[in-house]
Amino acid sequence: MLRRTLALCLLAATPALAEDVTTFQLDNGLEVVVIEDHRAPVVTQMVWYRTGAADEAPGLSGIAHFLEHLMFKGTDTLAPGEFSATVEAQGGNDNAFTSWDYTAYFQRVAADRLDLMMQIESDRMRNLKISEEDITTERAVIIEERKQRTDSSPAALLQEQMRAAQFLNHPYRIPIIGWMHEMEALDRDDALDHYTRFYAPNNAILVVAGDVTPEQVREMAQTHYGPLAPSDAITDRVRPAEPPQIAERRLTLADARVSEPYVLRTYLAPERDPGAQEQAAALTILAELLGGSGQTSLFAQGLQFGVNPVAVYASAYYSGTALDDGTFGLVVVPMPGVDLATAEAAMDDLITTFIDTGPDADDLARIKTQIRASEIYARDNVDGLARRYGEALAVGLTVQDVQDWPNVLEAVTAEQVVEAARDTLNRDRAVTGWLMPEAEAAE
Amino acid sequence: MKMLKLATLLIACALPARAEINIQTVTSPGGITAWLVTEPDIPFTALEIRFRGGTSLDASGKRGAINLMTALIEEGTGDLDSVAFARARDSLAASYSFSADQDSVGVSARFLTENRDQAVDLLRRALTEPRFDVDATERVRGQVLAGLRQDAKDPRTLANQRLREMAFGDHPYATTGDGTIDSVSALTRDDMVTAHLASIARDRIYVAAAGDITAEDLGPMLDTLLGGLPPTGAPLPPRAPMNLTGGITVQDFPGPQATVLFAHEGIKRDDPDFFAASILNEILGGGRFSARLMTEVRDRRGLTYGIGSYLIGYDQAEMLMGQFSSANGTVGQAVEVIRDEWRKIATEGVTEAELEKTKTYLTGNYPLRFDGNGPIAGMLVGMQMIGLSPDYPKTRNAMVEAVTMEDVKRVAATLFREGDLRFVVVGEPEGVTSTD
Repeated sequence: MLRRTLALCLLAATPALAEDVTTFQLDNGLEVVVIEDHRAPVVTQMVWYRTGAADEAPGLSGIAHFLEHLMFKGTDTLAPGEFSATVEAQGGNDNAFTSWDYTAYFQRVAADRLDLMMQIESDRMRNLKISEEDITTERAVIIEERKQRTDSSPAALLQEQMRAAQFLNHPYRIPIIGWMHEMEALDRDDALDHYTRFYAPNNAILVVAGDVTPEQVREMAQTHYGPLAPSDAITDRVRPAEPPQIAERRLTLADARVSEPYVLRTYLAPERDPGAQEQAAALTILAELLGGSGQTSLFAQGLQFGVNPVAVYASAYYSGTALDDGTFGLVVVPMPGVDLATAEAAMDDLITTFIDTGPDADDLARIKTQIRASEIYARDNVDGLARRYGEALAVGLTVQDVQDWPNVLEAVTAEQVVEAARDTLNRDRAVTGWLMPEAEAAE
Repeated sequence: MKMLKLATLLIACALPARAEINIQTVTSPGGITAWLVTEPDIPFTALEIRFRGGTSLDASGKRGAINLMTALIEEGTGDLDSVAFARARDSLAASYSFSADQDSVGVSARFLTENRDQAVDLLRRALTEPRFDVDATERVRGQVLAGLRQDAKDPRTLANQRLREMAFGDHPYATTGDGTIDSVSALTRDDMVTAHLASIARDRIYVAAAGDITAEDLGPMLDTLLGGLPPTGAPLPPRAPMNLTGGITVQDFPGPQATVLFAHEGIKRDDPDFFAASILNEILGGGRFSARLMTEVRDRRGLTYGIGSYLIGYDQAEMLMGQFSSANGTVGQAVEVIRDEWRKIATEGVTEAELEKTKTYLTGNYPLRFDGNGPIAGMLVGMQMIGLSPDYPKTRNAMVEAVTMEDVKRVAATLFREGDLRFVVVGEPEGVTSTD
């Protein structure tokens, strides 16, 4: 077949690692990654802390994210708000984000402003000042954030409930934004405790990407980050582990704001481990085969196409970049008139068949072609590369793991995909959520 | 303080005065013009195409036709049905996306240098000979209808629709280009063919390319790709009215927060005062944390997670519009803060420091946008759509710098009209009621 020949010929050689990456470490433990891209006179600085919502003290859900907001208040030398004002005065943009495994801060500026960015970013690594007034107003902001992003969205509420059911013991069960009743009680001491414990050069990764050389970065980093004292409170990141999961969990959330009911399924799934990314790679390809295309994937073909399609939309998702076991997810939005039980059963039938028969060879070849090409396209977005490296290092992977990843994906066999599906898609370790309009649920 | 001094010093140093990109204009043998930035470092090309008109060209009673038609372009062409087309595209590792908004149908494509000709040929076939198969149409129609049902329960969309209805009279802008449940349900294959002929034609094309392609290669490619399209499409819509009046409109919706849009008339993109207006809007409601609305509503009072305002320029209408969400109990207070800020900037203008800082931000930030083939192609096609010349990236910052305090004062007094602001509040606000 023509298709097959094309797929095999194209991009036959694994691309040599295209991005130009240098790494080193300062004496105080700060890891530094430099990604060169000299096409435009622009640079991005990111600092990733190896701490996130899954590292919070019990009862203080939301503190990692709250602290992220408070990091834009003052230091010994910067007034509240002056951090962002300084970046903006250079024409730059800055922001931050928090996940379960990390908290990251970034600025994007003209390349000749990097030194100033390092000066202010290193300043707030150890010298943050927070007033009681900062706490009061910023706590109101994160409460509004929760109302906007979670409480106003039935889909977000369902996912939050499912996560809490998925993880019986691991702190991934806690929402990053926090539970409302705990957010309302977060105070200055809570924030400063989290800050003092986790924000230090030996718990951070500096990623600099853009029009800059490793030598320049080394010199500036040494000047600004070099003098910072490491923390002696940094320990191995051992979180409470999951016990064996032996019983399927199911829940239904009914809400007047739901228009399209759907079924969401998450399975406990392994993540990428340093030097051992094969299983995660197989799951990554499994997600593509099941739900990666609206036309050719197994779910599209089995649920959305045909004479009597079951679903309006169906997909699968998985991201293996995490410190501990995460989830593999499936979603099916049924056609009007098709109930959730029918849609769910059709989805499960497809999975059973897939495990019996394995993937189509052409489908697998096409996905690998796209993965190889995505490495070329990825080079167009140096910020994206900065995030790729920063995130991986923040969850305990190495630069080598990042650079091996395309080859590990390339090497995945049909048998490994089936094995990963058989191991992971086990309903004893799954949560199934139904999102429904209120009236339908009451019937 | 030490930090402040340092920051001030650096401002005095030379900022990159302009975006360092070299835009060529390429005209094909067949007469199609494109803007090009050649950047051979990475072996792929980003291509952006716009057809002016978009969903505003829907025929009477056929609202949603152009949107549905656009979604069907990737669902098969010639002897390829939707699955065969997707397989062919994915085997080339090319990506094409098709979208429609009120002013244009858009095509965003990227393809590798090694199979460029095949990728362009496949895109040509999709654009010029879409199949509009019955089964694909029903599948995609189902997705559009699901989206419409979701919109009916989305407070942001509800607020937007309410505002459009009030603003734009019987112009197409008054309703969503996605159509209604009834109009989309009734669309036929003939409607798809008509919508395709109306909206995808050579008399309304704008093209930009960036990446690993030369002018010599791009010229003939334009004819290959677009030369087979019909020469003319449907007439473009007229200027839209602006019927917004000052006041508050409340629409009941359950939830912990109220979602608010606020707007009045804006300013034309080619108005000599446009840059002054841009600077003013950046000071008042820009996305930066130090913008006035962000400072007053979020940082000082904790009434919202985020607030911003925007100068919106459609082809046939302009608005100055803002948005935020706030708890039902505090939304009334937030509305009053916005009204105060609106009056304040109109009567008192801005400070010298604000003006200078904002100019520095806007001029310093501009070159940062040209970072990558994808973003550059997108910027270039956008510039053509609003009638700018290819040297704009080199002159734009000088136009920002040229804005004086007198300009800003004069424009602020007429641009910001607190009495004309219409607030659309979707939620269960306490102490806020409709005024008319």
